[in-house]
Amino acid sequence: MSGHKALNSRIITPPFLFLALILLIGGYFGVQRFMEGMGAVSNLNGGFSWGIWVVYDVVVGTAFACGGYALAFTVYVFNKGKYHPLVRPAVLASLLGYAMGGFGAFFDMGRFWQFYEIFLPWNWNFNSVMLEVGLCVAAYILILIIEFAPAFLERIGQKKLLKVLNKVLFLFIALGVLLPTMHQSSLGSLLIAMGHKVHPLWQTLHFQPLLAILTALTMGFSIVIFEASFSTVGFRRSSETDLLAGLGKVIVGLIAVFLAARLVILALQGKLGLIFTGDFASLMFLLELALFIIPLVILLSPQRRNRGGTLLIAAVCMLFAGSLYRFNAFLFTYDPGPGFSYFPSVPEIMITLGIIALELMVYLAVVKRLPVLHREEHA
Amino acid sequence: MKRRDFLKAAVGGATTLCTVGVAEARPNLEPTENAVGMLYDSTLCIGCKACVSKCKEVNDMPPTMEGDNTTWDSAHDLSGETLNVIKIYKDGTARVKDSVVDGFAFEKRSCMHCVDPGCVSACPCTAMRRDSLTGIVTHHADACIGCRNCMVACPYNVPQFEYNKLFGQIHKCQMCNQAGVERISKGGMTGCAEVCPTGATLFGTRKDLLAEAKRRMTLQAGEVYSYPRGNLSDPFHPHEKAVPHYRNHIWGEKEAGGTNVMHISSVPFDRLGMPPLEERSAASIAESVQHTIYNYMALPAIALAGLTFAVRRNTEDDDHEGGES
Repeated sequence: MSGHKALNSRIITPPFLFLALILLIGGYFGVQRFMEGMGAVSNLNGGFSWGIWVVYDVVVGTAFACGGYALAFTVYVFNKGKYHPLVRPAVLASLLGYAMGGFGAFFDMGRFWQFYEIFLPWNWNFNSVMLEVGLCVAAYILILIIEFAPAFLERIGQKKLLKVLNKVLFLFIALGVLLPTMHQSSLGSLLIAMGHKVHPLWQTLHFQPLLAILTALTMGFSIVIFEASFSTVGFRRSSETDLLAGLGKVIVGLIAVFLAARLVILALQGKLGLIFTGDFASLMFLLELALFIIPLVILLSPQRRNRGGTLLIAAVCMLFAGSLYRFNAFLFTYDPGPGFSYFPSVPEIMITLGIIALELMVYLAVVKRLPVLHREEHA
Repeated sequence: MKRRDFLKAAVGGATTLCTVGVAEARPNLEPTENAVGMLYDSTLCIGCKACVSKCKEVNDMPPTMEGDNTTWDSAHDLSGETLNVIKIYKDGTARVKDSVVDGFAFEKRSCMHCVDPGCVSACPCTAMRRDSLTGIVTHHADACIGCRNCMVACPYNVPQFEYNKLFGQIHKCQMCNQAGVERISKGGMTGCAEVCPTGATLFGTRKDLLAEAKRRMTLQAGEVYSYPRGNLSDPFHPHEKAVPHYRNHIWGEKEAGGTNVMHISSVPFDRLGMPPLEERSAASIAESVQHTIYNYMALPAIALAGLTFAVRRNTEDDDHEGGES
C-alpha cells in the first residue's frame, strides 16, 4: 500500500485562475511567435542570440527542477531512507520543470519544424556540448516520466504493471542520478565555447562543469525545502521542518564546497582583483557571493535550521544565488562586443511566465488528483 | 565491505564526471594544407562598399535600407541579409585616414573562416562544417535546428539568424562556394575580392596571403609598392601606392588558432572592434573538457554501474523495512 495520498481538494481555486490568466497572456504571445517568427515577439539579436528563453527556461529552470535529482542522490545513493516522503513531490516538480524546459526550448528553437534533426545519429557532432545537453535532457524527461509513473499507476489501480515497474525501477533511478549529473555539468561547459564573451569572473574554462553541478545540487536541495514549505502552508499540512532541517545540513556542506571552489579557482586564474573593481560585473559577483553566504550563516546554527521560517529564507537565498550565478554568466555580464544590447521584451517575459504558470497549474492539479504527497501520519 | 566499495565507486564515478582532468587536451586545429582565404588590408580600403553590393548579388540577397536612405545599401552590421559589411572607425575630427588620433579607418566584417571554428565545434547537428580541403566554413540549413549555439560560440558574431522570418535560417559568408555558387571550386575568386578596386580584399591561398602580409610588414613607410588586386596570382593590373605605417600584427595569423581570412591595418585591432582573443581556441578547450568526460562513454558507464548497484541495494533495504519504492 502506498504511503502517498491525493489531496482530493478542489482544483479550480483563485490562485489557479490567476495562473490561468498569466498562461492566457503568455499563450497569446506564444501563438504570435509561431505565426510571425521570433523577431516579432523577442528582443533577441545578432549579438545576444540567447535571451531569457534559453537562460531562464533551460539553464536556470532545469536547475530549479533538480529537486528529484538531489533527493535521489540522498535517498538512494546515500541511503537516507527517512527523506523518502519528500521524493515523490520532488520527482513531480522535476518532471514538470524539465518538461517545461523542453517546451520552452521549443519556442527558442529557430528552426522548430526541424527539431528532430538533433535526434538523428548521422547528424551528431560529438564535439558539441549542446548535443550532450539536448540528448541528455530529452532522455531525462523520459526517465522522470517513468520515475513518476507509479503515482499514476496507483491512481488507475494498475497493480500488476506497478509490480513489474517497481522491480526494475532501480535502474531508472540510477539513470535519474546519472543523467542530471551529465547535462547539468554540461550546461556549465556551454560557457567554455563562448570564450571572451563570458566575463572573466564567470569564465572559469575547465572548471565550468564542476561549478555548474554544484549550483544544480544546491538549487535542487533548496527547491525541495521551498516546495515542502509551501505545500505545508498552502495545503494546510503538518510541518516537515524536522526532515528539511536535515537537508539544510547537506546544503551547508555544498555551499562551503562551492564557495571554496569558486574562490580558489579565481585565485588560481589570477582574477581575484576583478571582484573589487566596482564595475557592474564586480557588484553582481558580490551580490551573488552574499546570496550564497547568507544561507550558509543561517544554516550553520541548528536552532535556525530547525525553524521553518529561517529555513525557508535560506532556501530562497540559495535559489536566488544559484540562479544569479547562471544569469550572470550567461546574460547579465555576457558581452558579445560593441553594438549589441539586450533586455527581454514584454512578450518574451510573458511567454516565460506563461510556461511557469502552466507548470504550477499542472503541479497543483496533479497533487490534488494523484497520490503524490505523503500521508500526514508519516510526515 | 563490498557494498561500501560499490557505493564509493558510484559516488566516485559521478564526481569524476564533473571534475575534469586535462590529461588529453586537444591542441588548436591546424590550417588545412591548401586552405584558401582572403587578406583584407584596411589601409587600402576606401569604404566604397563595392564588396558589400557584389556580395549581395552573388548570394542573392536584397540591399539593406536603414533610415531615409534609398540610394545605397546602408547595412550597419552583419545580418540574415548581409554577409559582408564595411564598418568605420572614427576618432576626434576624423580627418586623417588610418590615424588613431583624429582619424578614421575602415574595417571589413565577414566570416573569418577560423582554422579552429567555434561554430563548427558547438553545433550539435553538424550543420556547420569546415571543408577538409579548402578550410572554408559552410552552413547546411537542412540539418539546423536553429539553436544558435554557433552564434554565441563565434568570437566575431558572424552567423546570423533571420529572426524576422517564421521559417528563417542561419546565414554566413561561405566564401562564395556554397551549392549553386561554387566560385572557388570552379577556379574563381570571391565576389568581394573580385570587385575591390584597390586590392584591399585579396583572394588566395592562406599560405600565400600570410607571406604577402608579412612582406608588407617589412616595407618601408612611404616607398611605392605594387599592390595586387583581386587575386595574388594576377600580376596584370596592380595598384601602385605609397606604403603606410603598418602595425606589426597580422590578425588571424594566430588569434584563437588563426583564421583563413586575415586582416592588416595601421590602427590597433581592438579599435576596429576585433575581440580580445588569445592564441588558444575556445573550441579546443571545450572539446578537451567534453572528451575528457565522455571519452568512449567510459566514465558515464562506470558511474552508472556503481549507481545502479547502490540504488538496487538501497531500494532492497526499503523493502525489508516494509517501505515502498
